[in-house]
Amino acid sequence: MISHAVILLAPGEPSEVDPSNPRMKPEDIAKIRAAFHLDDPLHVQYVYWMRDMVSGELTSFKDGQPVLPKIWSRFLNSLPLFVCATLIVWTLSFPVGIRAAVTRGSLYDRSTTFIAYGLISIPGFFLSYLFILWIVEGFNVPVIGMATFGMQDAHWLYRGMDQLWHLVIPSVMSALAGVAILSRYVRSQMLEVIGQDYIRTARAKGLDPDSVIYRHALRNALLPFVTMFGLMLPGLIGGSVIIEQIFAWPGIGRLGYDAILARDFPVILTINFIAAALTLAGTFLSDILYAVVDPRIRLQ
Amino acid sequence: MAKHAVESVSPVPEYRAWKTFLDDRLALAGVIVLVLLVFAALAGKFLTDWFVVFDPSVVRLADKFLPPLSVPSEFVAPADIPWFGMYLLGTDELGRDVFARMLQGSMVSLSIGIVAVALAVSIGVTLGGIAGYFGDRRLGFISVDSLIMRFTDVMLCFPTFFLILTVIALLPSSIYNIMIVIGVTGWMGTARFVRAEFLSLREQDFIVSATALGLPNWRIILLHMLPNAMVPVLVSATISVATAILTESALSFLGFGVQPPAATWGNILADGKGFIFDAPWLFFIPGFAILLVVLAFNLVGEGMREAMNPRLRPR
Repeated sequence: MISHAVILLAPGEPSEVDPSNPRMKPEDIAKIRAAFHLDDPLHVQYVYWMRDMVSGELTSFKDGQPVLPKIWSRFLNSLPLFVCATLIVWTLSFPVGIRAAVTRGSLYDRSTTFIAYGLISIPGFFLSYLFILWIVEGFNVPVIGMATFGMQDAHWLYRGMDQLWHLVIPSVMSALAGVAILSRYVRSQMLEVIGQDYIRTARAKGLDPDSVIYRHALRNALLPFVTMFGLMLPGLIGGSVIIEQIFAWPGIGRLGYDAILARDFPVILTINFIAAALTLAGTFLSDILYAVVDPRIRLQ
Repeated sequence: MAKHAVESVSPVPEYRAWKTFLDDRLALAGVIVLVLLVFAALAGKFLTDWFVVFDPSVVRLADKFLPPLSVPSEFVAPADIPWFGMYLLGTDELGRDVFARMLQGSMVSLSIGIVAVALAVSIGVTLGGIAGYFGDRRLGFISVDSLIMRFTDVMLCFPTFFLILTVIALLPSSIYNIMIVIGVTGWMGTARFVRAEFLSLREQDFIVSATALGLPNWRIILLHMLPNAMVPVLVSATISVATAILTESALSFLGFGVQPPAATWGNILADGKGFIFDAPWLFFIPGFAILLVVLAFNLVGEGMREAMNPRLRPR
């Protein structure tokens, strides 16, 4: 617990970015440098940045808009994508992993193992392109952006349906690798638990296999996943850059990418800061969940 | 049952680990692919750099976008005609031989993966080892252990990929910078692991007796503790190489990868995506090559991990 408080020191880290901006004419540079305190040493810049962020006055270098509302609107765009992907990951990988563990060595186990390795090993954007090729040829599912152009005036029901359709492919694509990784974890975790003595005892008592697997084994195997759930929170930002880039999704990852290309330091720094804060929140959340789930580590 | 009974009384644990590994056909296939890859990479370095048989930089504009196994047209100078008299894997948008580029790229991609991971492992082992062994010494108000581990926590806080992007975008994206950045952002897991391992090893009898014999610290660390902590580190390093190769291709996709004309599998793939309808081989060949190699690294790593973990063995 104490260790997490120390992490708050973290935002010092992203200020390592180089304040030189090679894409400007010399006279512009002097002006801009003065305006944004770029000539000051790094730690002074850092103090300015902190002050502006806390007071909410931080503005983007690029277009002078305040950073926080900008990031917030993008964040709202990313959120449905993240929620859908997370739902897919957690609902799919548990059944797949449990079944693979229970039928260890069977054809099902071996084929899911192989598919999972394939999904982990394929570059995400390569898979997405393959998928787009196939989907666009075969089905009429949109793959670009968040909504169809020209639908702004339509009835809200149609608009909602349209946005849902746009959500399908990007969230499936960003979920696939997660499903592969998580189902592998579920499988190995279940295998460890199934090998324990108390499972043998439960079997020996004559309980039916379902209740042995789901009541006795699964509940014990679940513990590590509580931690993982919290740790997935920062994936909201880092994991989405490529998917959002491919599907032209105006989310936070793409904002970060554009900010990096434009050397827009306030935006980059703030996104990094939010990411660190999310990690912190995720760690905290998983600690609390852990205490809820595991009676052995209740706080005294 | 009888077979298992015989195995479980086998006195040498390494033997059992080996046997589990050799029984894993997928992992063995992975080993074969990796051996082939190393040969391809060495051959690629040799044949494209030192003794130029396949020149990846020859531009033949008359022969652009030729599919695999096609024969050069008569407009190509005799000196530029590729080995075997045909383009084994076709040509790209400048008429460069894709086979030569893939050969050259295999060395680059492999070395990015290996160097980056070697860097990450050495940072991780050093910091984790110091934290685990000298952890209770104090520097002023804070102990060495908490200093190092808090720093590790801070580093863990950042989404790695976004951090890599930030740094790469601000540095000239040469191959060395990419190696360094991937390495520097990837050591935290190793450090935590080595620290935990050192803490438990330090209490064990053979280390206590080595200390009692008055052996110098470096000897205890390097000869007695490190070898005992290294095996799982190497296992996870194998998987990290796979991740590093994927990261490199993702960076190439976003345009922050190794810059042309140098070829890596990642940037051949990223360039190929623009010609996915006109010249699909430019996209599919590097894509499936990356898939195969990363898959091999993952399978070998997982095979080793399963062989090392006695709790996962069938009963």
